[in-house]
Amino acid sequence: MGKTKLTPEEMSEKLDVIIASHKGEGQKAIMSTLQEAQGVYGYLPLPVQKKVAFALGVSVAEVYGVVSFYSFFTLKPKGDTVFNVCLGTACYVKGSQLLLEKIEENIGVSTGEVTTDGKFSISACRCVGACGLAPVILVNDDVYGRLTPDEIPGIIAKYKEA
Amino acid sequence: MNMVNLTIDGVQVSVPATYTVLDAARRAGIKIPTLCFLKGINEAGACRVCLVEIEKARALAAACVTPVGEGMIIHTNSEKVRATRKSTLEMILSDHNRDCLACIRNRNCELQTLADEYAIRNITYEGEKSISKFDDKSFSIVRDGSKCIKCGRCVSACNKQEIGVLSFLNRGFSTSVGPAYDVSMADAPCIYCGQCIIACPVGALHEKEETEKVWEAINDPSKHVVMQVAPAVRAAIGEEFGYPIGTRSTGKMFAAMRRLGADKIYDTNFGADLTIIEEGTELLGRIKNGGVLPMITSCSPGWIRFCEFYYPDFIPNLSTCKSPHQMEGALIKTYYAQKKGIDPSSIFTVSVMPCTSKKTEASREQLRDSDGMRDVDVVITTRELARMIREAGIQFSALPDEGPDMDLFGEYTGASVIFGATGGVMEAALRTVADILEDKDLPKFEYKIVRGVAADVKEAEITLGGMPVKVAIAHSTAGARKLLDAIRAGTAPSYTFIEIMGCSGGCVCGGGQPQQPAQVLMDIDIRAERAKALYEEDVIMPERKSHKNSEVMSLYKDFLGEPNGHMAHELLHTHYCKKEIYPDSLVDQQ
Repeated sequence: MGKTKLTPEEMSEKLDVIIASHKGEGQKAIMSTLQEAQGVYGYLPLPVQKKVAFALGVSVAEVYGVVSFYSFFTLKPKGDTVFNVCLGTACYVKGSQLLLEKIEENIGVSTGEVTTDGKFSISACRCVGACGLAPVILVNDDVYGRLTPDEIPGIIAKYKEA
Repeated sequence: MNMVNLTIDGVQVSVPATYTVLDAARRAGIKIPTLCFLKGINEAGACRVCLVEIEKARALAAACVTPVGEGMIIHTNSEKVRATRKSTLEMILSDHNRDCLACIRNRNCELQTLADEYAIRNITYEGEKSISKFDDKSFSIVRDGSKCIKCGRCVSACNKQEIGVLSFLNRGFSTSVGPAYDVSMADAPCIYCGQCIIACPVGALHEKEETEKVWEAINDPSKHVVMQVAPAVRAAIGEEFGYPIGTRSTGKMFAAMRRLGADKIYDTNFGADLTIIEEGTELLGRIKNGGVLPMITSCSPGWIRFCEFYYPDFIPNLSTCKSPHQMEGALIKTYYAQKKGIDPSSIFTVSVMPCTSKKTEASREQLRDSDGMRDVDVVITTRELARMIREAGIQFSALPDEGPDMDLFGEYTGASVIFGATGGVMEAALRTVADILEDKDLPKFEYKIVRGVAADVKEAEITLGGMPVKVAIAHSTAGARKLLDAIRAGTAPSYTFIEIMGCSGGCVCGGGQPQQPAQVLMDIDIRAERAKALYEEDVIMPERKSHKNSEVMSLYKDFLGEPNGHMAHELLHTHYCKKEIYPDSLVDQQ
């Protein structure tokens, strides 16, 4: 998600390619198209949802219905670096809530928000399927397991330097 | 046909294998309650009110979606079934705004009926109430989320229209029904056909009520109130007073309107006859002068909005004629005012329409004069008229048969009455255009080929003045989509004239018409029944072609001049503009 910043034109071009590959596929392609679109934009603003809806031949309300149903989809932009804390049962039992609080404290924004400079955002998710490593956090596509809150500042520092 | 034998409550029935348990029970004369089920529209098995017990099955099954099976033994009224249905209803009611006495659907609510039938006396589950939205910003449709039971009937009705403005939003306990971003219906690409209202079993969706404005005008001595009523209203208003579906109530309808206290009562049919002259002339002009063809009718404001939002490339094809009640409204405030010596600003025009989209139509900027005076001040639906009649204490069934006031705009022909059914405007136009082209009074003028509801797109080749002309008729916006897509793709024949109505069946099944419970709609095609009432009236009219309306003709002589002439253009024609679907500015983007 967003490691190399694309210009709006580049994002638009990429979206056009995605949309062209799903054109006319209808309802069944809503989720996969949105997932690819979010991969480019990092979130799903109204103009993107409209483009997806018109290309697939479904209504904008239906696309929005899917976006608002699944927690994976987001209507708000995320930071360049996204801290994603697993709050699934295993991680939760192993104290992932404390990790989340520690991250919020260190980054300075709450879950679901993005820092004013757009560099960091925090989100929570339900089970990433790595319960053996509980508690788990994802930073962009990097997985960190068996963490304690004390290790959080070190991890954050790594991404601040980058 | 492959038949299946089963036993329902001890009654043995043999039914086609394609039947559901619900169908089979009806065949056996056994009523199973339903709530989310709406035949042909919403068959989801979501509400669990129609649960039945099937012997040897693991769990209770939703009768509306369970196919019949050979040898099934079904109990629709066991203790388990009854208790389960009851607690299901209690759970639905626990998150429902039970403000029944002040609800627009009081005594006409499917949930209320079920609560009564199942003797619900207290709601065991008093939990949290979900957060809901109340939206009355549009001119046509009000959404009251506190009443919504998430049955999905409106969502399916909107999808059936292939518009899809309504969708389920969010998840779990926060689920709601609305347009994208839960914006107001005023900001959504909604055509206001009101089929969602017709589908809603409760009071979560209804028309924007404007009866108070009408009462106010009637009670204001400085206002001269002129009411007009559309053809389709007479085919359905009787249902509001206990008459069977398809009863023609023309006489009682006019008698009731007169007793409400309006100063003048007219039939929109006059405007319909006038529309045929204007539209017919426009069509002949386009044919002669190489104008844009096919020409498409413009009477249905739902269709007009559909075109402006979804098919703006067809705007040049739209007839520039205002819809009949708008024409009549414009004439009431000009010609009528002049003739009667009344200041137009003191005239209050009310249109009684089978339609919710007409409310928004009447507010269009294009349908006001240069001083901003509206052609039509208020549009009320058939349902609202019925409420006014009840509120006035008028006993509908005891009324004598009366007609509209017979001066200036009182006359109408059979051609105008059929405007309310799909194919009606086409047939009325053909009756007149054929006579003009042949320059005689043709004895054969019924075009049954354009009638009926069997297909949502109908086409015909008709000989007019010796030349073969291809015409098409679409009813429902899904039908319109099919037809227009074929024209865009170049796969359709080259039509000369097209009639499009936004609602399936035409105006007789408009969004402002009486609501019938889903159980009634299982056995009857309401579109055909109501249409019959109109064709019945057509046959008994002394004149059945619009150009034989002598008052319309003297209106041209006295006031308008030529059809499509300067004055006619000023008063009777309009224009359209492309509308944007969910403009980006609608949502605060980050």
